[in-house]
Amino acid sequence: MSQSQQTQNLTLVQAVRDGLHTEMTNDDRVVVMGEDVGKNGGVFRATEGLWNEFGDDRVIDTPLAESGIAGTAIGMAAMGMRPVAEMQFSGFMYPAFDQIVSHAARLRARSRGRFTCPLVVRAPYGGGIRAPEHHSESKEAFYAHEAGLKVVIPSTPYDTKGLLISAIRDPDPVIFLEPKLIYRAFRGDVPEGDYEVPIGEAAVRREGTDVSVYTYGAMTRPTMEAAENLEEEGVSVEVVDLRTVSPMDKETIVKSFEKTGRAAVVHEAPKTGGLGAEITATLQERALLHQEAPVERIAGYDVPYPLYALEDYYLPSVARVEEGIRNAVEF
Amino acid sequence: MSVLQRDPQDMLRVLDEGGEPVGEVPDLSDDELVTMYREMYLARHFDTRAVSLQRQGRMGTYPPLSGQEGAQVGSAFALDEEDWLFPSYREHGAALHRGLPLKRTLLYWMGHEKGNRIPEDVNMFPVAVPIATQVLHATGAAWAKKLQGEDAAVMCYFGDGATSEGDFHEGLNFAGVFDTPNVFFCNNNQWAISVPRERQTASATIAQKATAYGFEGVQVDGMDPLAVYAATRAAVEKAKDPGEDERRPTLIEAVQYRFGAHTTADDPTVYRDTDEVEEWKRKDPIPRLEQFLRNTGRLDDEKVEAIESSVKDEVAEAIEAAESEARPEPSEMFSNVFAEQTPEIRAQAEAFAELHERRGDEGFLRE
Ligand SMILES: Cc1ncc(C[n+]2csc(CCOP(=O)(O)OP(=O)(O)O)c2C)c(N)n1
Ligand SMILES: [Mg+2]
Repeated sequence: MSQSQQTQNLTLVQAVRDGLHTEMTNDDRVVVMGEDVGKNGGVFRATEGLWNEFGDDRVIDTPLAESGIAGTAIGMAAMGMRPVAEMQFSGFMYPAFDQIVSHAARLRARSRGRFTCPLVVRAPYGGGIRAPEHHSESKEAFYAHEAGLKVVIPSTPYDTKGLLISAIRDPDPVIFLEPKLIYRAFRGDVPEGDYEVPIGEAAVRREGTDVSVYTYGAMTRPTMEAAENLEEEGVSVEVVDLRTVSPMDKETIVKSFEKTGRAAVVHEAPKTGGLGAEITATLQERALLHQEAPVERIAGYDVPYPLYALEDYYLPSVARVEEGIRNAVEF
Repeated sequence: MSVLQRDPQDMLRVLDEGGEPVGEVPDLSDDELVTMYREMYLARHFDTRAVSLQRQGRMGTYPPLSGQEGAQVGSAFALDEEDWLFPSYREHGAALHRGLPLKRTLLYWMGHEKGNRIPEDVNMFPVAVPIATQVLHATGAAWAKKLQGEDAAVMCYFGDGATSEGDFHEGLNFAGVFDTPNVFFCNNNQWAISVPRERQTASATIAQKATAYGFEGVQVDGMDPLAVYAATRAAVEKAKDPGEDERRPTLIEAVQYRFGAHTTADDPTVYRDTDEVEEWKRKDPIPRLEQFLRNTGRLDDEKVEAIESSVKDEVAEAIEAAESEARPEPSEMFSNVFAEQTPEIRAQAEAFAELHERRGDEGFLRE
């Protein structure tokens, strides 16, 4: 990033828009497609103004069909375009699942490199906004489980833009999950113009020596808050924001653990089969001799995401995160 | 000849915009006609109140139905007791005709699990939020009725946008192949959020898609409750008792308009002209039916006033009942996942209860 670059103070969703705008300006192969992304500018306004600026051929309102969106985007990508497909909510991505896992994820492998799929599938995900049924789930593990997909989950406006630009430039398909709880929760400095945040690199958000806490997306905030509270009690907490959940930055994960020997994972996705299990297994495989306590998993429950009257009980709260970290520390 | 045997581009109408008959008025008693009017009026009033509850922070996101009362109530009216209804998320009017208490509808949009439980005696499935998914369930349910030798029709509602999803096509295809007793009712309200009907399909009508599945498709004026009733009634009868050479399923496209926003989270002024809205408001199904009922001596000022005041009371009572419902017990989220709770879910429920006991609601509730 050059020194002369100006910064703007943006929310996370504005950073999405800015990332799209930047890459559409840089590269005319980039098209945005999805439901209500055109004149309406997206139901969260993530594509606001793009249709006015780039027109109907590059900002495309599609028929209401997620399989159609993903499948045609794969065809476009294979022919040299750079589609960025929006799924209106991650809960409505399932019709596209077949196209994503059976084709996007493996087009390169099964054609032995003859065809590739430089596709980004964006979707707002996660809970906490008092949304109707099916609008709040966190199912990143489905995609992380699929070989051939990269799965990115930013937690700051700066990372959002930089990671989105990297995702669009990536030669392979990227699932870009946007934590909608923090779409507008705060602002952050975002450079104007072009910059990348590399896919596959975690960020240490807070250094500490007693315990490592791994998290991502909207859960970064309650985790940071819990860490501050525990600091006052004399517990020194290191917080690692994964930023990319697949491929995972195992080096950073292990390095932190080697220092602390204790760990907790925080995600709003259900506990069973969640990414916390992958992190825990990684620590066990690579740093067993450093381990001083069981790894705590602070996660959503193994139940359907409740309607909103109960969602605060489902989502990891600051208190729950504190309790979990304390368990790891006091074991 | 059945009203269903027509060109899918020849829209069925019974009342014109002024409430004058332009087609055959269906055979409904005076009481039934007045009840139909009352239920449409109730749906409108409920809708207005629900939107304002959301605005006041007393309810979550809500999908309004104003403009669509004629299609909803007119079609639900054509069902018999034993028939089933598979809704999308906007058919509060059809649901109330089927006997779903308004309180349930309110509780659902207020985020209570309880609002999703349909009372035992109401033949209706819960709301389907993922677009078009219910079409296949309705086909399967109708298929089951046929295999079980029961005479029941299954009605399925969905929007114009829904006709773009694979599930819509698969559902109608199965229905055609297995000749299931279905009525597929498309509430074509011209918009799928901000996307106009022309962006969903290059076909001239949605009704004509039925031809490809081997059964009848008919377009009706969805702002005309009597036309809607006539078409749906014919479709329900045919589903249960088809004539020789007739196929049981029917696709009905009810051409109508959503007067308000897609949901309370939507701002329609971004994507459509107010002129268009005003034009459709002149076709409003409620004054249209009212005019017809007045012209034919079935309604007068006194009766209309009585309906208005009883509707207001009924809705106010439902709102009060829903709002006085206690916040659901957090433990509810762990129940009904399986017939029998698994050991892991039980362990999670116990850990939750222990923490809740110790930290109280302050440990969980935000804001
Ligand atoms: C599978 C799926 N994709 C997207 C959505 C988000 N969404 C909710 S309603 C809607 C538009 C539906 O339009 P239409 O079928 O015409 O029904 P209407 O809302 O107009 O009654 C969309 C895109 C969803 N609920 N489910
Ligand atoms: Mg519609």
